[in-house]
Amino acid sequence: MTTWLVQHLTALRDALRRLLGAPLNTLLSLLVIGVALTLPTAGWLAIENLRAVTGDTPGVQQISIFLALEAGPPEVARIESLLQQASPGSWHYVPRDQALKRLRESAGMAEIIGSLPKNPLPDAFVVTPADAQPESLELLAKTFASWPKVAHVQLDSAWVKRLDALLRLGKLIVVLLAVLFSGALVAITFNTIRLQILAQAAEIEVAKLIGATDSYIQRPLHYFGMLQGALGGLCAAALVSTGSHLLTPPVAELARLYGGSFTLQGLAGNDIVALTAIGGGLGWLGAKISALIHLRRIS
Amino acid sequence: MITANAVTKRYPEGHEALKNVSFEITAGEMVFLTGHSGAGKSTLFKLLAAIERPTSGSIVINGQNLAALRKSAIPYLRRKLGLIFQDQKLLFDRSVLDNVLLPLSIVGHPVKDAPRRAQAALAKVGLPNRAKAFPITLSGGEQQRLAIARAVVNRPAIILADEPTANLDAASAIEIIDIFRAFQQVGVTVVIATHDPLIMARVNPRILRLDQGQMSEPASTPSADGVAP
Repeated sequence: MTTWLVQHLTALRDALRRLLGAPLNTLLSLLVIGVALTLPTAGWLAIENLRAVTGDTPGVQQISIFLALEAGPPEVARIESLLQQASPGSWHYVPRDQALKRLRESAGMAEIIGSLPKNPLPDAFVVTPADAQPESLELLAKTFASWPKVAHVQLDSAWVKRLDALLRLGKLIVVLLAVLFSGALVAITFNTIRLQILAQAAEIEVAKLIGATDSYIQRPLHYFGMLQGALGGLCAAALVSTGSHLLTPPVAELARLYGGSFTLQGLAGNDIVALTAIGGGLGWLGAKISALIHLRRIS
Repeated sequence: MITANAVTKRYPEGHEALKNVSFEITAGEMVFLTGHSGAGKSTLFKLLAAIERPTSGSIVINGQNLAALRKSAIPYLRRKLGLIFQDQKLLFDRSVLDNVLLPLSIVGHPVKDAPRRAQAALAKVGLPNRAKAFPITLSGGEQQRLAIARAVVNRPAIILADEPTANLDAASAIEIIDIFRAFQQVGVTVVIATHDPLIMARVNPRILRLDQGQMSEPASTPSADGVAP
């Protein structure tokens, strides 16, 4: 156990020595890996933020139930009771007088409303469904429409469907980017390790001749790949966090101009850990493949 | 300790470097493997060091048949051998001490004790004050001593040396052979491939003579202590 630990610590120290031994090369490699990991990470973060925006935007995932104009308090109570039984999510009741008051407060509407002989608006319920899947929303809308004294159910399902399709397309693009750039990271590490093996061919040959196992020779290379990948992941996290930090004020201002409030979500601590681990894992994979292929030629 | 039985080595292009070679070396012997250039000395050295495998026949070292040895077991066999190469195979970008530390690192020797052990090996070959030097600054004889220190630092039971005095002047060659004799006198088996008549004249070892890949009759038998009278 002690020997095993000593050999791993020695390999780790050796890998660090190699990384620090060529600072410019290391810096350039980290930058390339960082950029490669930044693109899918930034895409993922954009999708997550978009999801948060749409999730918080009123009307996007809400269903409005408009009652018939002749509906009175008993019908309203009946609908409330049905909503309690169906438990579709949260809801609130908007009385026709309140709706008219809100409309009157809208710019330029007061005069028009004042000219009307009576309140043309119906009582309404606004439902925020727990399940926001387009199919579920449509099913709920159909159910609501079948209830008594319901004159109209409004669900902008086409908009929701388009948004959902857009988000799925975005996710697919991010996954493709992630696969593509993961491949790039593996290739970068593969090549770095290949060059290291070429540069140290004499040392590797001597070590093999005097009893070094394949594990002994490969271990520092694996650590090197892993460290390079992990540091590249940290570099990507720094780039994405910087970008997110720079974009937060203009995005907040844009949201404010649209009458809402929104803060761009950056990378959380566990996201940075995950990114570092993914970078380390991919770096290790590239080093492993490269060492297997190129060390076979030195014997 | 080392037994070769009907060993033949044929290379893919058809050249037969060794033909039906058999011999036995007992523990603590000093044996010179000799013959003209191309006689098969280096091939036999490679077979003994498990760098190559025989086409047929068997080589048994400490009970392990090298012909049947799994590839993964070869490093562990080599750790028990002290290998010295004609071109020394030193690492010129590492200090003398680091060169000697390498075999200790490979076997996982405790890091704290390793420098002391390496210094002791350097002292045995007469390089106690050159630890911090780089091999390029050493003379040919000193480089060969360094190669010996690296070979013996793990205290192997067998030392295999391929032309260790090639390219050395007579004085340096004699110093190197004296180092080998010192190891043999403490029980280490020493097998030296050489065609240097000077060193063969200095000691009276058992000689295994190769001629065009075949073992000819031994030129001499071992004396009691392997040293010339």
